[in-house]
Amino acid sequence: MPVVSVDSLTKTFRVPVRESGLAASVRSLFNREFRHVEAVKAIDFTIEPGEIVGFLGPNGAGKTTTLKMLTGLLYPTSGSASVLDHDPSLRERELLKRLALIMGNRNNLNWDLPALDSYELQRAIYEIPKDQYASRVESFVELLDLGALIDKPVRNLSLGERMKVEIGGALLHHPEVLFLDEPTLGLDVTMQQRIRTFIKEHSRKTGATVMLTSHYMADIVALCERVIVIHHGRIIYDGALSNLADQFAGYKTITVTAEQLTPSMESYGSVMSVAAQVATVRVARAEVSAVARRMLQDMSVLDISIAEPPIEDVIADVFDSSEPET
Amino acid sequence: MRLANAYWVQARLGLQAQMQYRVASLFSILGFIIEPVVYLVVWRTIATAQGGAIAGYTADEFVAYYIAWTLVRVTNIGLTPYVWDGRIQQGRINDHLTTPLHLFHRDLASFAGWKPVWIAWWIPLASLLVLVFQPQIRPSLWQILAFFGAVITGFVLRFIVLWVLGLTAFWTTRASALFEIVTTAELLLSGRLVPLELMPPWVQTLANWLPFKWTFQGPIEVVIGKTDAAGTAAMFGYQFLWIAALGVLTAVVWKRAIRRYSAVGS
Repeated sequence: MPVVSVDSLTKTFRVPVRESGLAASVRSLFNREFRHVEAVKAIDFTIEPGEIVGFLGPNGAGKTTTLKMLTGLLYPTSGSASVLDHDPSLRERELLKRLALIMGNRNNLNWDLPALDSYELQRAIYEIPKDQYASRVESFVELLDLGALIDKPVRNLSLGERMKVEIGGALLHHPEVLFLDEPTLGLDVTMQQRIRTFIKEHSRKTGATVMLTSHYMADIVALCERVIVIHHGRIIYDGALSNLADQFAGYKTITVTAEQLTPSMESYGSVMSVAAQVATVRVARAEVSAVARRMLQDMSVLDISIAEPPIEDVIADVFDSSEPET
Repeated sequence: MRLANAYWVQARLGLQAQMQYRVASLFSILGFIIEPVVYLVVWRTIATAQGGAIAGYTADEFVAYYIAWTLVRVTNIGLTPYVWDGRIQQGRINDHLTTPLHLFHRDLASFAGWKPVWIAWWIPLASLLVLVFQPQIRPSLWQILAFFGAVITGFVLRFIVLWVLGLTAFWTTRASALFEIVTTAELLLSGRLVPLELMPPWVQTLANWLPFKWTFQGPIEVVIGKTDAAGTAAMFGYQFLWIAALGVLTAVVWKRAIRRYSAVGS
């Protein structure tokens, strides 16, 4: 039986329309105009217990809006959602006790006090037995390397350190469903890696179901076997991550800096940009080594780098086959 | 039991956090002391010049009124709607809305937790005022106990007034504008500026029908002996009636507010 079930879920926002300039501001005093923006358009999906699902899409695609509806922050305009057999829009305490929403800008700990004090509040709110609480804190301290952090006032922690203690606090009650919205936003690579490992380990240990949005492909690759791609409020892909990569990211980019570029750069692949001594070419994965070798032979190369396409580019390719409705 | 425990821990955190800002607390309280001292000096002077009393208040009662005022003011501070503007505009309320403890309880417990620090600062400052102005009022034990009780219920009442006012931020995202109007009304209709007896009769009548008086002048009247046991009981009645009515209003408005929440800013 699915833990998360979404049926024709739709969210429409009514937003004011106003042109720029003083005259428009004055006009809007007397004649306010609104338009309706359909952020999420009749989406359907289910998530089974223990799954870790990546929820992908560009900014404004409807990812966060969907997560907010699934956690009861937003009321759907139409359709329905079910999380752990509860309607999240009712915000029942029984449901809230069993889920967690972690956003990249989470700020749930008391700024002036050590995180350990705020953890105590979590213990009281979620009625965590004292012995379990102690062992969970101990475990989180080890997994997230919180030893030197939890007894320092939160305001004295760096962004990455604060995110670690925030995540620890959010998971103390061992939520059965975990919604993560850009949990590694703004963190350095080491910190991202640690948080990814922690989430994976936590899910494995507790059997928690995880739904994750991230612009960092590394997060998705490390955690998710399945991804759902949303664009313009519609789901355009729901399936294995490996299929998505094969289907839409079957290329890499080669950026080459040479004393003099060859005039026929298109012979290496699809030219993405070319300026003076630097060119970037999109090359099919299978041909990357051969093309790089040819470049080194053909030109006096000063520098060459091979990169995975950014997640936005991969998704953009997915979107090409899904033009927005007007 | 769960709620009581959460209240206790949240209040303790509020107290701990406030202790981080001891000097800031002192300066805030000094501000609250300066305001009534100005009123006190002005009205005592006027009362003395008018032959010893105005509108039933002697110079000595003015002194007692404004010294008691300081504890009421220090205690009845609640969450201002300015905080709500930030919560709504920047989406800082999101984490609270996904927690199985109503934000009202969290805020109330947190503010209650502050009070011991503020009262600890208030005691020496109030003692100094007593020494300097030497009010000749000698309240009985029951009046003192009733006063402290009324100060606490007055805090709860004022806290709810401000909290429900803050909820308008869900509609306007600028609850502070409405707050300015209500603050002005409160200043005139609560006895904060002057005892209501100095106001025109229609203002006094209006004040009796609004909650503000029961958060300021109501408790003060008990300790300075301007009301008897029956009046004190009635004052508590009004306080509890308003708490119940505004509690229901808060629940209704909250339900509607979170339905229209657009969770912007995050």
